[in-house]
Amino acid sequence: MSHAVHGHVSDPEWRLPSRGRVGMFSLIVAESAIFVIFVVAYVYNIGRSTYGPQPRQVLELPILNTIFLLSSSFTIVMAERALVKRAMAAFKAWWALTIVLGAIFLLGTGREWSKLINVDHLTISTNLFGTTFYSLVGLHASHVIVGLIMLTTVLIFALTGALKPEHTEKVEVLAIYWHFVDWVWVVVFTVVYVIGR
Amino acid sequence: MAGSSIPVPGGLGATEVAAAEAEGTWLEVLHSWIVTVDHKKLGIMYVLYAMLFLVIGGIEAIIIRIQLFFPDNHFVSAETFNRIFTMHGTTMIFFVAMPITFGFGNYLLPLMLGVRDMAFPRLNAFAFWMSAFGGLLLYYSFIGGVGLQGAGSAPDVGWWAYSPLTSRAFSRGHSTDYWAISLIVSGFGSIGVGINFIATAFCTRCKGMTLFRMPLLPWLYVVQSFLILLAVSPLTAAQVMLTIDRYLGGHFFDTQAGGSALIWAHFFWIFGHPEVYVLIMPSFAVLNEVVPVFSRKAIFGYPAMVAASVAIAFVSLGVWAHHMFTIGMTSVGNAFFVLSTMVVGIPTGIKIFNWIATMWGGKIRYATAMLFCVGFLVQFLIAGLTGIILSIAPFNWQLHNSYFVIAHFHYVIVGGILFAMFGGIYYWFPKVTGRMLDERLGKWNFWLFVIGFHLCFDVMHVPGVLGMPRSIYTYEADRGWTTLNQIVSVGAAIQGIAIAILVYNIIRSCLKGAVAGPDPWDAWTLEWTTSSPPPPYNFAIEPVVHSRRPLWDLKHPNDPDEPLEEGMIHSGGKSPS
Repeated sequence: MSHAVHGHVSDPEWRLPSRGRVGMFSLIVAESAIFVIFVVAYVYNIGRSTYGPQPRQVLELPILNTIFLLSSSFTIVMAERALVKRAMAAFKAWWALTIVLGAIFLLGTGREWSKLINVDHLTISTNLFGTTFYSLVGLHASHVIVGLIMLTTVLIFALTGALKPEHTEKVEVLAIYWHFVDWVWVVVFTVVYVIGR
Repeated sequence: MAGSSIPVPGGLGATEVAAAEAEGTWLEVLHSWIVTVDHKKLGIMYVLYAMLFLVIGGIEAIIIRIQLFFPDNHFVSAETFNRIFTMHGTTMIFFVAMPITFGFGNYLLPLMLGVRDMAFPRLNAFAFWMSAFGGLLLYYSFIGGVGLQGAGSAPDVGWWAYSPLTSRAFSRGHSTDYWAISLIVSGFGSIGVGINFIATAFCTRCKGMTLFRMPLLPWLYVVQSFLILLAVSPLTAAQVMLTIDRYLGGHFFDTQAGGSALIWAHFFWIFGHPEVYVLIMPSFAVLNEVVPVFSRKAIFGYPAMVAASVAIAFVSLGVWAHHMFTIGMTSVGNAFFVLSTMVVGIPTGIKIFNWIATMWGGKIRYATAMLFCVGFLVQFLIAGLTGIILSIAPFNWQLHNSYFVIAHFHYVIVGGILFAMFGGIYYWFPKVTGRMLDERLGKWNFWLFVIGFHLCFDVMHVPGVLGMPRSIYTYEADRGWTTLNQIVSVGAAIQGIAIAILVYNIIRSCLKGAVAGPDPWDAWTLEWTTSSPPPPYNFAIEPVVHSRRPLWDLKHPNDPDEPLEEGMIHSGGKSPS
């Protein structure tokens, strides 16, 4: 065994996983646990609200909104591909489109809430449905807001030319977060608008 | 030693110890500590912070024990008593046990992995300050918010804070809000720590350190971190719900609006039970390092230790409702949680047998660190056995919320976690400060703590069996609990003295302890290759390792550890060929 004992690590490339990715996946695990608790609270309380507006009476399917948000997952992938190819103009265009789609989604949520509050008189304190609805959808919307702020920061860096090819991985890590936000919406949509209605 | 870049113990850095430190005015030194992102300084701050809160939480424990010393006692008012035991529980779990384990992990992970710092140093500092401000926020409740009577407006709802007691109608003032928000704030800190530990162990290892060549301590911290991510996050979510209920008029836990008080209990214990394992993993980690070194043998069953830790973590996520047998469940629900709870005993038993097998036939040195670990083994075993007892649903119906439960979990947390952490302090103090802790005081510390512990918590089981409920303000003289409670209180006082000796020992040894040198215990992991205390950059030369015990290989070039990696999981690095 002496050759093994005195052998040095023969692989000159000591490769380890990217800490950005591992960190982001860990964050997503934690975020998922938070969402699971809110989703469980929502599902558990479906139909238990004893008074006030019920989901069937006030909620409309936000199909268009959903399409906007989910397609932003596609546009961000296109942006990443452009960045890998160093096609900065295409990157900026796809990236900006992602932000626009996310912003439209947020606007749609705002319009929905405005209608619920002003027309249906449903607020977070009106009844149990209002509490669970605004907290779950609001938790997701707050993640969209955080995502948009970070996406916009990257766009500003890209427009000022501060975004360099060596930042590709950081952009990709941010994109993982955006995919997470998009796919959580699938869960929220299913729970709130399909099962819960 | 050909080709190795690990410096011979004592060969490096002894002359350049912290040259940049200790310069400048005290204001500059303070500033350097506050803005630091260095894992060693943050680790030390975590431990000091935990020790501070240990003293505060200990004083609260003493107040509880004075109140229960005599029947019909009125040492403090009933309202104050509620606040004191709530603060005692919350402080000890969130601001003693959590930060002390984080402190050890912070200090040791990069050193054991042979790297410069954690994966995310700034996140590390952020997490520390979130935890620190969480603790300050909790204690600000004594003076902040609407003063009621007695101890101001500290929370008085118990550390489990069952609904509906926490609703606005029953908990006036801001006390419960301070409790909820301080735990949200420190919870974000904990999640940050979890992310950081995982990324550090997976992504920053020195050359040659495959996952299965890592010392067991980083492994256990990885398991702890996954549990943090999966357990602390639900608590944060539940606290957000509670805050929505209290501030925005929500109805999550409002049964009149159709909400459920029960679901709070579920959410709390989905956090609360894995939390025990969040705290016990680092204790296992300390034993995994201390027991082999003081038995002069390599750890027995390394892969089994890793597998058992992962198994404990998995099972622990499915046992929470054993805290809720008396709330009422279906027979199937009861049976499931009885069995899942008992299953935890299997991987835990594997670990205990592995430690015993490590000691078996070894040349055991009973230094204070080892004494604390042996204490852990005995006490943690007993704690596990009373845990199995409590997991039996019908028995639990009888003993639930009695002092038997209090005795059981103090056995885990004091007899297990705190003993292991004290062992860790005695083991790594020379590395952190460059000076040895006094062994004579250490023996006093250990034996007084053992005696006080057993007087207090062995005896505490008995009033529980006799029917004394937990959280009770006082009791009548004819219950037959008086003598037992007095013995328990005396035990608590002896433990207080033992901790005072530890604090004195730390201060005294910092100033005039024997100089330790880089490797006082003749140990085998990488942190002992660098000087004590390590320089800010940890290692002057990046280490390269070939086995689980790099220092053993250096000290015994003719008898190195077998390279065990063939066919095992490793990321990137090839086995020596």
